[in-house]
Amino acid sequence: MGAQLRVYKRRIKSVTATKKITKAMEMIAASRIVKAQRQVAASTPYATELTRAVTAVATGSTTNHALTTEVDNPTRAAILLITSDRGLAGGYSANALKAAEQLTERLHAEGKEVDAYIVGRKGVAYYGFRERKVTESWTGFTDNPTYADAKMVAAPLIAAIEKDTAEGGVDELHIVFTEFISMLTQTPVQKRLLPLSLDKAQEETATKGEILPLFDFEPSAEDVLDALLPRYVESRIYNALLQAAASKHAATRRAMKSATDNAGELIKSLGRLANAARQAEITQEISEIVGGASALADATAGSDK
Amino acid sequence: MAAELHVELVAADRSVWSGEATLVVARTTSGDIGVMPGHQPLLGVLESGPVTIRTSEGGTVVAAVHGGFISFADNKLSLLAEIAELADEIDVQRAERALERAKSDTDAAAERRADVRLRAVAVR
Repeated sequence: MGAQLRVYKRRIKSVTATKKITKAMEMIAASRIVKAQRQVAASTPYATELTRAVTAVATGSTTNHALTTEVDNPTRAAILLITSDRGLAGGYSANALKAAEQLTERLHAEGKEVDAYIVGRKGVAYYGFRERKVTESWTGFTDNPTYADAKMVAAPLIAAIEKDTAEGGVDELHIVFTEFISMLTQTPVQKRLLPLSLDKAQEETATKGEILPLFDFEPSAEDVLDALLPRYVESRIYNALLQAAASKHAATRRAMKSATDNAGELIKSLGRLANAARQAEITQEISEIVGGASALADATAGSDK
Repeated sequence: MAAELHVELVAADRSVWSGEATLVVARTTSGDIGVMPGHQPLLGVLESGPVTIRTSEGGTVVAAVHGGFISFADNKLSLLAEIAELADEIDVQRAERALERAKSDTDAAAERRADVRLRAVAVR
């Protein structure tokens, strides 16, 4: 076998192996999207009921709570950025980071300091490389977040917002994550979680126009709100984590699908080149034989004379 | 047919139980409360403990809830809890073991969780 042909064969073999791997990753990601979507659906009843309850208390009482009141002069905001732990997901983490970057810039322009809270190794690495300050970060659960993870993330955020700004607390809480719209579309979104704006909360549950009854609070409206709002924040963070996980799997699937397709293309064109190389080799051999034979025939014809 | 109310018992990551009931007894921070159809709209903070639901078929469903909320309006009652388990789902031996372990580790939260589970089973 000619050297040229051998090189092509070797490359085809290695690309075929790569293709097998990317194909497997694509299928794993596809099955995980379904699972993640199911988790999002399973967490919806809790989130809906909770939002209804929060709206009911906030509209049905005149209580002022640290988590619902807008500060006149907000000076510090916290951003919770949700990225993934692993790459091979196309532009997934890069897009979320870009959205966070825009938000940070906007907040800076409004004259606010920004505290970064980061979920996912990709985000931590991005901030670490640029030597930016990260207030707190979590890694290791982005592929399959549980409610306990959401609680863990929410705890320091709630503590920060309840603290006075002068003592290092924050006035606003923003969240940046990738929303799962469909299998094909996932867009990074920036949302202000706190202070809570009731119109938005209502929009999310589509309870607009529904007249909420006058509730009897047990033990009191303040206590209910005190207990309710942290849970509300946790459930929103949980929802964001789940959507981000579903988006990450969808992005992985798409990236791996195009990698598989590209590998297929590459194998095809390498196959063509290998065929051409083989054919060239055969043609050369034939012409060498024919040339040799005719030279021999010419030589013997000459000596016969 | 007796009056009924619709009950939804939901945990943070799943819907645990839903159906029609005639009476729901739960413990709020200010004491036990029983809700029957036509109760005044109510929103309360739940203590960790067993919740008893008397279904319209005459059966009883007991669930262990670990903190959460009770909300009632328009004859619909929602019990929201971060963690909620039906008494039938609770593994008594495991809960007892967990209680022992929590006591020896002096892990107050774990001890409370295990205790709530066992109390729910006892009510059943």
